[in-house]
Amino acid sequence: MLPFTYSRPRNIGEAATAGAQPGTEFIAGGTDLLPLLKEGVRRANRLVDINDLPLGGIRHEAAGVRLGALTRMSDAADDERLRRDYPAVVEALLAGASPQLRNLATVGGNLLQHTRCLYFHDAAMPCNKRQPGSGCPAWDGQNRGNAILGGSRACIATHASDLAVALVALEARVVLGARHGEREVPLADFHRLPGDTPQIETVLEPGEVITAIFVPAAPYSRRSTYVKLRDRASFEWALTSAAAALDLAGDTIRQARVAVGGVATKPWRLPKVEEALAGARADRSIFHAAAELAAQGAEPRQFNAFKVELMKRAIVRALADAGSLA
Amino acid sequence: MRSVLSLTVNGRAREDLVADNMLLLDYLREVAGLTGTKQGCDGGECGACTVLVDDQPRLACSTLAHQVAGKRIETIEGLATRGRLSALQQAFHEKLGTQCGFCTPGMIMAAEALLRRNPDPSRDEIKAALSGNLCRCTGYVKIVESVETAVRAREAAE
Repeated sequence: MLPFTYSRPRNIGEAATAGAQPGTEFIAGGTDLLPLLKEGVRRANRLVDINDLPLGGIRHEAAGVRLGALTRMSDAADDERLRRDYPAVVEALLAGASPQLRNLATVGGNLLQHTRCLYFHDAAMPCNKRQPGSGCPAWDGQNRGNAILGGSRACIATHASDLAVALVALEARVVLGARHGEREVPLADFHRLPGDTPQIETVLEPGEVITAIFVPAAPYSRRSTYVKLRDRASFEWALTSAAAALDLAGDTIRQARVAVGGVATKPWRLPKVEEALAGARADRSIFHAAAELAAQGAEPRQFNAFKVELMKRAIVRALADAGSLA
Repeated sequence: MRSVLSLTVNGRAREDLVADNMLLLDYLREVAGLTGTKQGCDGGECGACTVLVDDQPRLACSTLAHQVAGKRIETIEGLATRGRLSALQQAFHEKLGTQCGFCTPGMIMAAEALLRRNPDPSRDEIKAALSGNLCRCTGYVKIVESVETAVRAREAAE
């Protein structure tokens, strides 16, 4: 492993100042960063450990729930009220990683994890995300796991988080902290599309950290669910996933929220699908018709075209599951 | 850079001068001399390096030693008491759950964490608790049976 120095600031001002220095990375759970440093995919001269910052804890309020950024995935998944009021969030947490990793990894770090694209992780290969301008071998290469939505000629890497998919469906916001106070960004606007600069993944400024995630309480939050489809039943990344939330009046859908994962370059909300569901009856034929709209604009490559159909079916299943929740 | 690391390993307080970039895994194996904890994939994907940090199973390959300052670390070497195997160790031995042996310390530490939290787990709960531990030589049937045997042995001993 490359040599780096390690510091452990006690407040956000110190952390932000240290973190803004070139060659510096923040570390929280470390489950994404440390393997990448070992593989030579990321490099850092200095690690700034933010675990001593007061950014833990889950606070339930009338307006929603505030998850401190340093809340471990396992602690969030164990929160009974989160499970009751925002089931899609807990289902997504438990669908991700392994028990050991969930004990380490934080919810803030989960949103910032890097792609699982094969070429990003292979330091011997070109990759525009790892080395801007070097090219994208996934475009004509082993792209079974890559994105069908939101890609560019420079990058078709998927965003790997399960949690972010559930959160973006529930219209979560991220709170960002820096030396000069906080700002709030809708999670839907937090990740950037790759475009010509796939190395810039989020709107975070140098030295800025996620301090919290806020999930608003909405009429559909309790009737929400997360479906993850993958090559094996546990400890595996999504080929396709879908989060769905429904606000029902009898069997009529007042409003719906739908997002997909494993298929797009960022957590992918589907407003057209949601519009098609609003005011419609909650039944399978309606779900199928709405799910068709998810594939508009999809650009599959050689080995990932199966994701188009898989994504539609994941959406139908998530909607059906959400519809059957008591 | 190096700095002093204070923590507890298998019930004994330690202080060592440890490099900033040393992994907990390397600290345990090379500084503390506890080679029971294995390095498998070294990337957070196999669970062979599972140790307990304040009773929680975590990956020593994806943790810096300095990140567990002040905490209570337990490794496979800490389970036997006065030369007697723990119920889990005994069950893995008798039920042939050890197989080739490489993933065993991680499997047992993950199972140990489960039994402390839930002394009477169902088969599905055992499988879920071990889902982050990969066996690459044989399979999981004997391993799950070993944990079930340990559960019964612990109940019988009470």
